[in-house]
Order: sequence, then C-alpha cells, then structure tokens
Amino acid sequence: MEFKDYYQVMGVARDATQDDIKRAYRKLARKYHPDVSKEPGAEARFKEIGEAYEVLKDPEKRAAYDQLGTRWKSGQEFQPPPGWDQGFEFHGGGFTEADASQFSSFFETLFGKRKHSRQYGGQRFDLQGEDSYAKISIDLEDTFQGAVRSLTLQHTELGQDGRPQIKERTLNVRIPKGIRQGQHIRLTGQGSPGMGYGKAGDLYLEVVFKPHPLYKTDGKDIFMELPVTPWEAALGATVKAPTPAGVVDLRIPAGSQSGQKLRLRERGIPSTSPGDLYVIVQIVLPPADSEQARALYREMEQKLAFNPRTKLNV
Amino acid sequence: MEHRILEGVIVENDVEISLAELCRICKIDAEWIVTLVQEGILEPTDTASKQWHFSGTSLRRALIVRRLQRDLEVNLAGAALILELLEEREALRTRLDIR
Repeated sequence: MEFKDYYQVMGVARDATQDDIKRAYRKLARKYHPDVSKEPGAEARFKEIGEAYEVLKDPEKRAAYDQLGTRWKSGQEFQPPPGWDQGFEFHGGGFTEADASQFSSFFETLFGKRKHSRQYGGQRFDLQGEDSYAKISIDLEDTFQGAVRSLTLQHTELGQDGRPQIKERTLNVRIPKGIRQGQHIRLTGQGSPGMGYGKAGDLYLEVVFKPHPLYKTDGKDIFMELPVTPWEAALGATVKAPTPAGVVDLRIPAGSQSGQKLRLRERGIPSTSPGDLYVIVQIVLPPADSEQARALYREMEQKLAFNPRTKLNV
Repeated sequence: MEHRILEGVIVENDVEISLAELCRICKIDAEWIVTLVQEGILEPTDTASKQWHFSGTSLRRALIVRRLQRDLEVNLAGAALILELLEEREALRTRLDIR
C-alpha cells in the first residue's frame, strides 16, 4: 500500500489552519470537479482531493494522521505502525457526506471502511442495486453502422475475506444507430447487483466520439473541410467527397468561395430526422514552383484586374 | 469472457423517466425534483398530465445539479447557473472546433 501525503495533495503546509484547509479544498474542488473541469485526469484528482479533505477537515482524523509523523513520502510503501490508532475514537465511524466507497486502501487501513451490508434483525431486506456510470469512446462511423464495441470496466467487489478487490469485466455493447456525442446508452441490469431480491442497477455509458481526422460533429450534424482547386471553385465542378457513409459525387457550384458551406441533406448522423452533412469549401492554391506555374499566375495578374481588398478601401 | 452482445437504448432519445424513477436514480426525494422544475432546470415532458415524466436529457441535468450541490456546496440557483454556463461553454467549444 502506498503512503498518501494528504497535505501535499491539498497543497497546504502541515501547520495550515482549518480555515486554510477549507479554502484550499474549495478552490481545488471547483477546479477539478468532473462536471466542470476539462483537464485530463480531473476525476481521479477530484477523488484524491476529497479523500485528503475528509481526513484534514476533521481535527480527530487529522491528529491521528499527523501521528504518523513526517518521515513518510508520498507513494512510499506503507504499513501502519502497530496499534497506531489506539486512543483515537472516530465519532460515528466516520463518513459524512463524502462518497467514501471511492477512497483508497490507504484511507481504509487508517480509518476503517464503510459498512457494506447491514443486518435488519432477521428481516429480509431488498434493495435495488446502484446505477453505474462509465464512458465509452467510439468512432463516428460506429453510429452509422450500429457497430459492436467491447469495453472493460473495473469495479470493486467484496472478496471472501471481506476486503474490497478490484475486478474487471468486459462487455460487448451494440452502439445504437444514430447516437451522438455526449448522449448516454442505458444497459438495464448491468449496474451493481441488488441486495436480497432487489434488482440490479443500470449501467449508463456516456458516448464520446474519438477525434476524427476528417469529420467534426455538432449534435446530429457533421462538418468537414473539402479542399478544391481555384478553377473548381470558380467554374463549378463535380468532385468526389468522402462521407461517413461512403464516397459521393459532390457538385461544387460556380463562384464558390473558401469557407462556404455546402449542405448535404440528411447525410449527417442517422435518426428519424437525420442530421445534415456540411462540406466547407477550402480553396487550395497550386504552388508556383515551376516556370510554367509562375507564368500562369503572372498571366492572371495581368488579365484579371482583381482586387480582393476593395472593401478595405486600399 | 462473455460473448453476449448487450443492446442498450439511447437515454436522451428513447427514454421517458417517471418522477419516481428520477428520484431513485438521483437518490433524492420528490420535493427536490419539484424545486428543480419550479426553478426551470427541469421540464416535465407533459405538464398537463398529473403524472410527471421527464426526458433523458433531464436525467443528465438533474444528476449534474445534484453533484454540484453536494460537492461544491452551491445553492440551487447557483447550480442552475453553472449548468447553463457549462452548456453554453460546450456549445462554444463545438463551434470553435468546427470554425
């Protein structure tokens, strides 16, 4: 088991006041709250901060933790000294509002763990299992095809000896056709098991699209940039364009400009009212890297009398 | 190794959640949900009906508000404001990404 330096986690000195600790916690909690933060690893950091605060905010737990002394370094292999917690009484065995099931084994060794099963005097006790939440990364193409994706989830389970163990399970999930970024798939009965005759909870999977080299999405609409030549844009042309459902022939209207959007109706993410695919025209200039190319550009310069800056009055 | 293929539903499109179910999933009492409706954070799909039902999007909003309240100790109006700003930020990020 690794030692955890709760003062380091919170970024406070060992002699910080309770007010300092509270302030540090509030600041970090706002910064790393998983709903608010976009930083990678925010969720793990938030849990770590919550655990550190659970100990440091409580003068009893903090005093007990301080007893371990200053010789431990974060991440060091840790065994509590024998009988270290004797003489400390933790009121009510502890946890207040925090979600203690997520705390580390370091925390559990020091402060005990939450009681997982309660006995209700011989009465049968049925309770529906908890819902679980996880994220699943998929390719944009998966929502077109309704592909099957497998994902591996970790969860803690009480072992024979009553200690929590990390178990892994792999699920094969069919991606519902037409699902969009940020939406959730509900898998009934795949959450935590219930107690007694209670049903198992449900598993909610939040869908995240992996970054795609060509396509971006906004809801059910898809956007892509399509490079075209100046003559295709100026004269109009039919060109090949990739779409998530396959290559199509696309008509570029004469007089198209860079940044113009061409809408391909109902070529976005499928649904009863499918999204659209927007092709953003991007005019690419041929390089002037040969005498012939330079001559052509010079000819345009002389014959076209074109000033793109007339609106700028220069 | 399990080879069974699990079929799920899209919560936001295909799921209607009853008030009781919403309470159970959020582990909270109905009174709190009523406050969320009064605050305009949640909207029942059919306000005329005696039995409230909510869309799958409401579930996500309710869960976020509950987590914000519990973890950051903000009040309901504050949590509602954060939720709306988060949604606006998400929309702006998407637009930034598309250009």
